[in-house]
Amino acid sequence: MIDLVDVSKSYGKGLPAVNHANLHVEKGEFVFVVGSSGSGKSTLIKLLMKELDSTSGRITVSGERLEGMKHRRIAKYRRKLGVVFQDFRLLKDRNVYENVAFAQRVIGRPTRVIRKRVPEILQEVGLAGKYKSFPDELSGGEQQRVAIARALVNRPDILLADEPTGNLDPKTSEEIMTLLEEINERGTTVLVVTHNKDIVNSMKKRVVTMHDGIIVSDEEEGGYHEA
Amino acid sequence: MRPSTIWFTLKQGVKNIKRNLMFSIASIITMAACIFLVGIFYSLVNNVNHIARKVEQEVPITVFFEKETTKKEMKEVGKLIKARPEVAKLEFESAEEAWEKFREQYFQGSEAAEGFKDDNPLVNSANYHVYLNEIERQNELVAYIQGLEHVREINQSEEAAKTLGSFNKLVSYASIAIISILLLIAVFLISNTISVGISVRKEEIGIMKMIGATDGFVRSPFVLEGIVLGLIGAAIPLVALYFVYTNVVEYILEKFNVLTGVVAFIPVQEIYMVLLPVGLALGIGIGLIGSFVTTRKHLKV
Ligand SMILES: Nc1ncnc2c1ncn2[C@@H]1O[C@H](COP(=O)(O)OP(=O)(O)O)[C@@H](O)[C@H]1O
Ligand SMILES: [Mg+2]
Repeated sequence: MIDLVDVSKSYGKGLPAVNHANLHVEKGEFVFVVGSSGSGKSTLIKLLMKELDSTSGRITVSGERLEGMKHRRIAKYRRKLGVVFQDFRLLKDRNVYENVAFAQRVIGRPTRVIRKRVPEILQEVGLAGKYKSFPDELSGGEQQRVAIARALVNRPDILLADEPTGNLDPKTSEEIMTLLEEINERGTTVLVVTHNKDIVNSMKKRVVTMHDGIIVSDEEEGGYHEA
Repeated sequence: MRPSTIWFTLKQGVKNIKRNLMFSIASIITMAACIFLVGIFYSLVNNVNHIARKVEQEVPITVFFEKETTKKEMKEVGKLIKARPEVAKLEFESAEEAWEKFREQYFQGSEAAEGFKDDNPLVNSANYHVYLNEIERQNELVAYIQGLEHVREINQSEEAAKTLGSFNKLVSYASIAIISILLLIAVFLISNTISVGISVRKEEIGIMKMIGATDGFVRSPFVLEGIVLGLIGAAIPLVALYFVYTNVVEYILEKFNVLTGVVAFIPVQEIYMVLLPVGLALGIGIGLIGSFVTTRKHLKV
């Protein structure tokens, strides 16, 4: 599903933010990416989103080669991904329903489909009954659920999450991670960047550790270690 | 595009305009001023042309002959002149007729004229009145006639035409300059309006891109905004000018009723046959160019 072969990314002079990375993720896997601040985790996510171009190496996601991808193709490619960030990135002037529906409108889904699909996905993330609330009226955990619903509403192959619990208290973080695990169990490949040591250690998932742009370890049922 | 997508885009476009109303209004005003001036100048230049043409057609060139030119020779010259495509009408006036007219005009039947009774003082003034259908070719025709045999002199009535012609030129240059400047300002203001709209919606655009919106989808509300601004900016002056035009024409004809008959204005419908499509095209064009260039610059992610 995700395949990186000898991928590097430099922003300019100095050490590359991602340095000769090799990573292979199968369809349906759940992977944590950990590492100290500045180790290149977000850069990795941006490479996968095709927000950045790699400096060298080869990235294949969901059967698509990212190097040399035509500009026109990028939008279509991104529809195969769902992305979630630490800061939720919701539209503050729109309610929960509209925030999620937005993702469907953007890709031109007809209203008939949207009316059916949005409540369905809101139900799945545990937000039934909050359709009319605005982001400011929700807790952080709830806002992240809205973001997750938006990421999933178009049924992507892969869910990428960059520190999704970075702004949340431990209990809420755990709830969000459990939700991501459920989503993974329903078949979506999930890649989560996190700093949350306790959760990584308790969930017993595959853990990829980065340090200074290098993937220093990659363990099944791994734990969180500072490299 | 699906109807729901079009509806979504439309709503976004209108929202954009509402969000930066001040800039939108400024763009509309400049555009309206620009198109209003285009209309004024178009009406002015065309009416001046129209009047100039009329004057030219009504004031003929007069062709006089050398002494002892026979009637037959004059007829030959007349034939040659008539054959020219720019000649609309040719009238012959014999020496007797010329004198008759002169007498009517200047002696008004007084006895003094009787002294010349059998001795026509205008014996050599048999002439042709030549009416043109294309004033621009007057000089060309004069040169041609001058080259003909037996022709002594040509009286050219080019003053009115010339004055109006150079007035037209002046108005044209001035209007082209002013319109170009206003056009640039209009494009600039539209572009600015759209830029503000884009920066206000930066976050939303980022999210759209992240979700997989195409460039076209992200751009279309802004381009639509530009077109709507352009249409409003064109509609206002076109409506205003319609009333201004009809009222000014009416006012002039009423106030200076001596002019009736001499001056004929182009009917507003005829002006609008051209001005309406040109004005609308200008508005839409300015809106489209302004927004297209701006979105292209800012939305390439
Ligand atoms: N836009 C950028 N321009 C230049 N350097 C950057 C940019 N983004 C990140 N970096 C650098 O790249 C390295 C990796 O950053 P990042 O991928 O954000 O790390 P992480 O997400 O693991 O904290 C850091 O040294 C950071 O300073
Ligand atoms: Mg980061």
